[in-house]
Amino acid sequence: MAMSENNESHIPAEQQRYATLLNWGARSGLALLAVSFLVYIFGGLPAHVPLDQLPQVWNLPVEAYLEQTQTPTGWHWLDLISFGDFASLIGITVLSGCSLICLLAVIPTYARRGDWVFVAICATALLVQLLAASGTLGVGH
Amino acid sequence: MLNKIFSVAMSAGYLFKANALLLLFTLSLFAASAFAAGSIPAESAMPWWGWPLALFVTCFFLGIVAVPSGVGGGVLFVPIVGGFFPFHLDFVRGAGLLVALASALAAGPSLLRGGLANLRLALPLALIASASSIVGAMVGLAVPVSIVQIALGVTILGIVVLMALAKKSEFPDVPAPDKLSAALSMHGVFHDAARGQHINWQVHRTVMGLMLFVGIGFLAGLFGMGAGWANVPVLNLLMGAPLKVSAGTSSFILTLVDSSAAWIYLNKGAVLAMIAVPSVIGMMLGAMIGARLLHTLKASAVRKLVISLLLFAGLRALLKGLGIWL
Repeated sequence: MAMSENNESHIPAEQQRYATLLNWGARSGLALLAVSFLVYIFGGLPAHVPLDQLPQVWNLPVEAYLEQTQTPTGWHWLDLISFGDFASLIGITVLSGCSLICLLAVIPTYARRGDWVFVAICATALLVQLLAASGTLGVGH
Repeated sequence: MLNKIFSVAMSAGYLFKANALLLLFTLSLFAASAFAAGSIPAESAMPWWGWPLALFVTCFFLGIVAVPSGVGGGVLFVPIVGGFFPFHLDFVRGAGLLVALASALAAGPSLLRGGLANLRLALPLALIASASSIVGAMVGLAVPVSIVQIALGVTILGIVVLMALAKKSEFPDVPAPDKLSAALSMHGVFHDAARGQHINWQVHRTVMGLMLFVGIGFLAGLFGMGAGWANVPVLNLLMGAPLKVSAGTSSFILTLVDSSAAWIYLNKGAVLAMIAVPSVIGMMLGAMIGARLLHTLKASAVRKLVISLLLFAGLRALLKGLGIWL
């Protein structure tokens, strides 16, 4: 383990770039999450599932919950964005998706350097995230 | 002299208050468990906001103990909230992933800028673990909940053993990198503020590390937990990354692994804002306090408290899954 007292910047440019974008994504997501949730619980937007009825359904398995509350799956929640419970999902979507932009942003840096292995790793990681986000992977009890 | 005595008395008082707070939290949790065990209140007399408020307070305290104990909030969240709150485990796991994701995202940028998280080390491992976390999430939402409860209980009890027995190595000896880590340039340098030095590091046993990350990602998706408890030992003890780099890189890896699994839960409808948001905000506020109390709280005592909590929560999950303690 080599040690030195050299104070030169040792953080690669792509890592700095990734950090900056991740910081913006995380801050925006958390701010959206907090604001939309406050609007939701203080009645600024109507709720798809009335707040006082939530305790009767939040103990159900997700499929029973969806059926009883007529809640859509996949990206169809965007159709109900005018309801507070779905508007609150915007912040969650930003938090879950902010790594996509970071991965996309570092690919050109690796490509300029001719680091094709890391271009492939970032591109594959991006595809994995997009596949997960697409809603095409069917699951259920 | 008087000032010194006053200062010691103040510190002792602060320490006493902080530890008393933790003791109160533990007792509250045990009391809540007794209540929850007796009456899972689908139609409780409590107003709708009672449980989200209790969830916020619980997560706030979990956030406080998560930092000094060195475990992520996600690993505490799922067994404790899943065991002692009336929410279905599907929603608890969805919220658990978001708790772990939000904590990792909040820490990620500064860890990357400080060199404690390393992109070249993290990306190959995160890619493997992200893919397997999707499979874990799909399996977790497909199998009966009692099976997930039993598996969760067994896993949590395994984590308790790991926490109690696992050793750490601040600067593991890596004489030479293996071929794969050399090809991927999985090495770096970080500034150790405690030593005032830049430290060069490299890793080995990369293939075995990648294989273990397949399992780690699967468990993260299956149980909706952050996987720092497993990431750090693999990075540090197996691959030989310095402890601080292992902890930082582990946290950064979670930003990718947990987001993949979170998408599956979100698309499946297993993310309820009323459960996820108070949990995320409570845990993050608690973690801020926990970071400030880092030098005040006795880390070994907090660690023992967390191990006890996990032991209790693991047993509860196991017995709940077996239908013995509903």
